[in-house]
Amino acid sequence: MPLTLNSSSQGNTARLSLAGEVDGTTAPIFRTEVDKLLTSAPRILVLDVEQLTFMSSAGLRVLIFAKQKQPLLSIYVLKPQPPIVDTLRKTGFYDGVYVTDTEPETGTPTA
Amino acid sequence: METRIDYYPTHECAGFRFRKGHVLPFGANLVGTGVNFSVYSSAAESCTLVLFRKHEPEPMVEIEFPRSFRIGGVYSMIVFDLDYEDLEYGYRFSGPHDPSRGLRFDHSKILSDPYARVLGGRDMWRAEPDWNNIYQHRSRLAFDDFDWEGDHPLETPIQDLVFYELHVRGFTAHSSSQISAPGTFAGIREKIPYLKELGINCVELLPIYEFDEWENNRRHPETGELLLNYWGYSTVAFFAPKAGYAATGGLGMQVDELKTTIKELHRNGIEVVLDVVFNHTAEGDHRGPMISFRGIDNQAYYMLTPEGYYYNFSGCGNTLNCNHPVARNMVIDCLRYWAAEYHIDGFRFDLASILGRDQSGAPLPNPPLLESLAFDPVLSKCKLIAEAWDAGGLYQVGSFPAYGRWAEWNGKYRDVIRRFIKGDEGVTGEIATRIQGSPDLYWYRGPTASTNFITCHDGFTLRDLVSYNGKHNEANGENNNDGGNDNNSWNCGWEGESTDPAVNELRIRQMKNAATILMVSQGVPMILMGDEIGRTQKGNNNAYCHDNDYSWMDWDLAEANSDLLRFFQKIIAFRHAHPALRRNRFFEHRDIRGTGVADITFHGLQPFAPDYSDLSRCFAFMLSGPNANEPDDDIYIAMNMYWEALPFRLPRSCTESPWKIAINTFMPPPQDIFDRGSGPSLDHDEIIVGPRSIIVLTADTRSFKGEK
Repeated sequence: MPLTLNSSSQGNTARLSLAGEVDGTTAPIFRTEVDKLLTSAPRILVLDVEQLTFMSSAGLRVLIFAKQKQPLLSIYVLKPQPPIVDTLRKTGFYDGVYVTDTEPETGTPTA
Repeated sequence: METRIDYYPTHECAGFRFRKGHVLPFGANLVGTGVNFSVYSSAAESCTLVLFRKHEPEPMVEIEFPRSFRIGGVYSMIVFDLDYEDLEYGYRFSGPHDPSRGLRFDHSKILSDPYARVLGGRDMWRAEPDWNNIYQHRSRLAFDDFDWEGDHPLETPIQDLVFYELHVRGFTAHSSSQISAPGTFAGIREKIPYLKELGINCVELLPIYEFDEWENNRRHPETGELLLNYWGYSTVAFFAPKAGYAATGGLGMQVDELKTTIKELHRNGIEVVLDVVFNHTAEGDHRGPMISFRGIDNQAYYMLTPEGYYYNFSGCGNTLNCNHPVARNMVIDCLRYWAAEYHIDGFRFDLASILGRDQSGAPLPNPPLLESLAFDPVLSKCKLIAEAWDAGGLYQVGSFPAYGRWAEWNGKYRDVIRRFIKGDEGVTGEIATRIQGSPDLYWYRGPTASTNFITCHDGFTLRDLVSYNGKHNEANGENNNDGGNDNNSWNCGWEGESTDPAVNELRIRQMKNAATILMVSQGVPMILMGDEIGRTQKGNNNAYCHDNDYSWMDWDLAEANSDLLRFFQKIIAFRHAHPALRRNRFFEHRDIRGTGVADITFHGLQPFAPDYSDLSRCFAFMLSGPNANEPDDDIYIAMNMYWEALPFRLPRSCTESPWKIAINTFMPPPQDIFDRGSGPSLDHDEIIVGPRSIIVLTADTRSFKGEK
């Protein structure tokens, strides 16, 4: 399944909605988009993954990459499906992001 | 940042840009915008780097190392613009194929990198491989981006440890484990609360280096059961964690999952020791597969006979050439890598005596590898524990070249404690030595050199030790010829499972006796996974091939044998509570602080009159609390392995405090073991120790003010 991305930025918050699958083929697209969003040095990155059905190791590593590039960045993973939460937990990525089912109170715009 | 000129490509092949690389470190490492590949062979004539997209059957490119890229015997190259996440790599080596000279080059084979940090090809446990795949064990990249959040190896003093030997898959694979990730690293993490409640503070993991569970797979000729290389004592890649042990192995995230598990264990005060297998590899003898070492540098990595065949001191077809400088450096690099990158707290070396043999197999008086490991700066805080024997007949318990640093699995402890518990005559003298931490064996190292155990993965479980007189390995499909015959076991009157309450009561008592002796002995105790809940392998003492109920821990037993579990929890807590049981120096056999008695004294039915005669089956000893490392209670332990009850007259404590019962294995719960100081006081100087039972008494010495 292809990956569809929809991004926006407002104030110190960047937002990216993902639908489909982040696999070895589409992970570079995901990373490029995150790269772009980070150029404005946001403090908060909201990843709306409600419509995301699969995230490969390459996709997860994009999160680490974002944290490495901006150590003070807070990453919110919004409405992940259970398999993605499961992978985040087993690999320890869960501790480095905020997993939430509700829109974070960040003043973020809706996409 | 500008791309540095030294990482500028100079060559191109089929669209892939590359340049000469760095010879060190070996393996595949990220540098700038490229990957540095470096591999060594002493006798090859040429080498080709083979690159695949992940899971693809055919390579995307093969790049022969230009002659100018070779320095000495090291081939190195930086390849640019690779998709690190989607990359698998291997090597082809060209050179003479002359087995009689130990040369087995075969350019048609694609070989794994000996330094590969991640291996693909066996991503999911028990998923049958594509046997037609031209490259079975595929080297991949690892990344240094794990967030340890300040974690550090715990460096717990070894005398304070209680080891718990477990098989990653067998620990939680059974459906009764009721966890989300059965049989995996993540599964261990889910069971940390259980381990903490049990009281253990170190897990010793059976091999987790990448191995092939399909190696030598076969069907049982009668039952049709698929038999696998379940234990994993057959390494394919020393630097790579077993992908099939990770719930996320299918995503290639075994490194992250294992590190997360270790971090969580450390947070809970539990160390991680790895059982490492450096004595042989999965390539077997001359008939075995060519996976890596054989096709890269056969003479360097393996001990070879003058005719070019493989010495077999491991019993598994080949023997790693541990004291060849190349193999030796690989072992050291590997252990450093695991200690630094995975925060591993220690290593237990399988068939470690092989590590002390020279290249022709002769035992060395001063083995370079063992000495290097003993004094290695990176490993200086790691526990190093030897299984001090090998399959070639070298038995070095007590004489392993230790450099004051190595500890050992004490096989002599195991054997004599088993004999004592089953009621053998004439062993009380040796018992007196073993419970002191075996000063006869380790007098120059101290009691912490002795890893005490009664059971381990290799042999009967504790429950089977008291339920079977002989092994029952028919399910292994080898006509019951495999597995040891020196079990020193006793079935308590009936072979196998019994419905006789008297037999079962005795078995429970015998298991409590074993646990008690183990926990009151000087040295470092090790418990086998599941012994605390009465795990059985149905009499199988060599369940190496069983990925099934023979090997898996049945968690329902925790409920069925809750009294036994409670006993284990409390006896471990008893050990943690009493520093007198955890000395790091041997007893001095003198009264150090004027208590009136020596730090340890020996007794029999009468105080200070131990019976070491051939017919004796009972033995007692007392530890003087004020004479311990840290002030402690006086502790008196009376062990009666005779089949009748016997009266033991008690020595006096150094204070006026009464003796209190801490443990009485003859009594039903909850009178079998008490929390500290809560047991009943004795108002007389004699106790009756029940048949095949142990009583432990304590006396509060806080009122002791000094020399009498």
